[in-house]
Amino acid sequence: MNRKSPLSSFIAITSTAIAIASGVLVLAGYFFAQKSDGQASLLADIRLALLGWAITLAGFAIFIGVLNLLQAHFKKIQQKQKGSGYSLLLITFLVATFLFGLASPYFQGGPQYFNDVFSVVQLPVEASLMALLAVTLTYASIRLLRRRLNLLSVIFLVTALLILLGTAPLPFLGVIPGLGDWVRPFITQVMAAAGARGILLGVALGTLTTGLRILFGADRPYGGNK
Amino acid sequence: MSIWLGLAGFGIVFFSAVLMVGLSYLRRKTPSVFRDIPAFTRLRQAVGLVVEDGSRLHVSLGRGALTTPQSASALAGLALLRRLADLTSAGDRPPIATSGDATLAILSQDTLQTSAKSSEQAVFDPAAGRLTGLTPFSYAAGAIPAIRDENVSANVLMGNFGVEVALLTDAVERESTFVLAGSDDLTAQAVIYASAPEPLIGEEIYAAGAYVESSPLHSASLTVQDILRWLIIAAILVGALLTLAGVL
Repeated sequence: MNRKSPLSSFIAITSTAIAIASGVLVLAGYFFAQKSDGQASLLADIRLALLGWAITLAGFAIFIGVLNLLQAHFKKIQQKQKGSGYSLLLITFLVATFLFGLASPYFQGGPQYFNDVFSVVQLPVEASLMALLAVTLTYASIRLLRRRLNLLSVIFLVTALLILLGTAPLPFLGVIPGLGDWVRPFITQVMAAAGARGILLGVALGTLTTGLRILFGADRPYGGNK
Repeated sequence: MSIWLGLAGFGIVFFSAVLMVGLSYLRRKTPSVFRDIPAFTRLRQAVGLVVEDGSRLHVSLGRGALTTPQSASALAGLALLRRLADLTSAGDRPPIATSGDATLAILSQDTLQTSAKSSEQAVFDPAAGRLTGLTPFSYAAGAIPAIRDENVSANVLMGNFGVEVALLTDAVERESTFVLAGSDDLTAQAVIYASAPEPLIGEEIYAAGAYVESSPLHSASLTVQDILRWLIIAAILVGALLTLAGVL
């Protein structure tokens, strides 16, 4: 293992201390947001200030993230990796869109044209990916029984089939009696809702313990070396 | 939030924190025993293969921004990335981390750099932690080439995903590589159950760190989750009985 320099140890300890202190202050700001007279407490003010800083930093992080994206694709082109043609396309259109965005306020109808770049190009592409997803999921459901043949998989597929049959009328048959007005509501509003609440409670407990592990410094996603 | 509600919330967090510290102190001398989750056993095998055959590990962290409630799953993914990066540091190629949020991308770079620094063999590549897109589908579309073109033999999809996760699991299936997938989103969990060979359901994603490399605090946190779960079950049952009895 590498021996750490005093400076890197100092940085690790300082970043850990700042992260833990910020976490504790924000958490306390949520729980003790009001004074007894109903006014906002000092902790609530500190929480808002810290969250404001975090949001500003997150905004700046997007800029760094885009630079990172450019760097990764430049590297791909330089090393002539597989798919570098797509990287070239990405960089070309990223730079073109960026320049168009900068120039758009200076000509008539520019901002509208710039919005159109998103609504005419990005939205249809994402919608087509969503449509592709329907095929992908149908295929995945068919393969599920081959991959994991057990009771849960059978229940999963039968439930999905019942919901589909109860939702859409069948050709020539129309709506199957009992499926749309009894079976589907019972599955979605009773069984699925109960299961979903159970899973959400588990997720909430997991979130709580993950947060505590970070506050204790056991998990350090901010560079503090262990 | 009213003062009483705030005090109740603080009480739950404080109780959990005290339990976690107490249990981790008790667990220091006894080895942790976990419920068997086959996905984690296969993950350890897949990580071993990554080191042996000189291929790469890909960790996708989803798009749970740090300023949103979905950040916890992303932080659990980052903790797992750190452990997996340490485990694969003896391999020829460093792991890659993709994400759909800029802050997560920066944190993934930081995590990979920290892991590389703590290992004599590993080399840090800034492009290994990357942002692949800022919208759900652009993120998925950007992560697919990483799965397909970068000699990846094991994929871990852990964080906040939506239905777009199916595109990632489909890409993994086409490459016939290993995938372990989990999300905090209910719809994504259903999609993952149908499309991934190794799904993590419910709070299992938050247990990943403890299963890959257990520390007393990690195993204590799992026990705290179980204790709190039983307390909630008891409270729900008592509430239902009191409602039936007409008291509530």
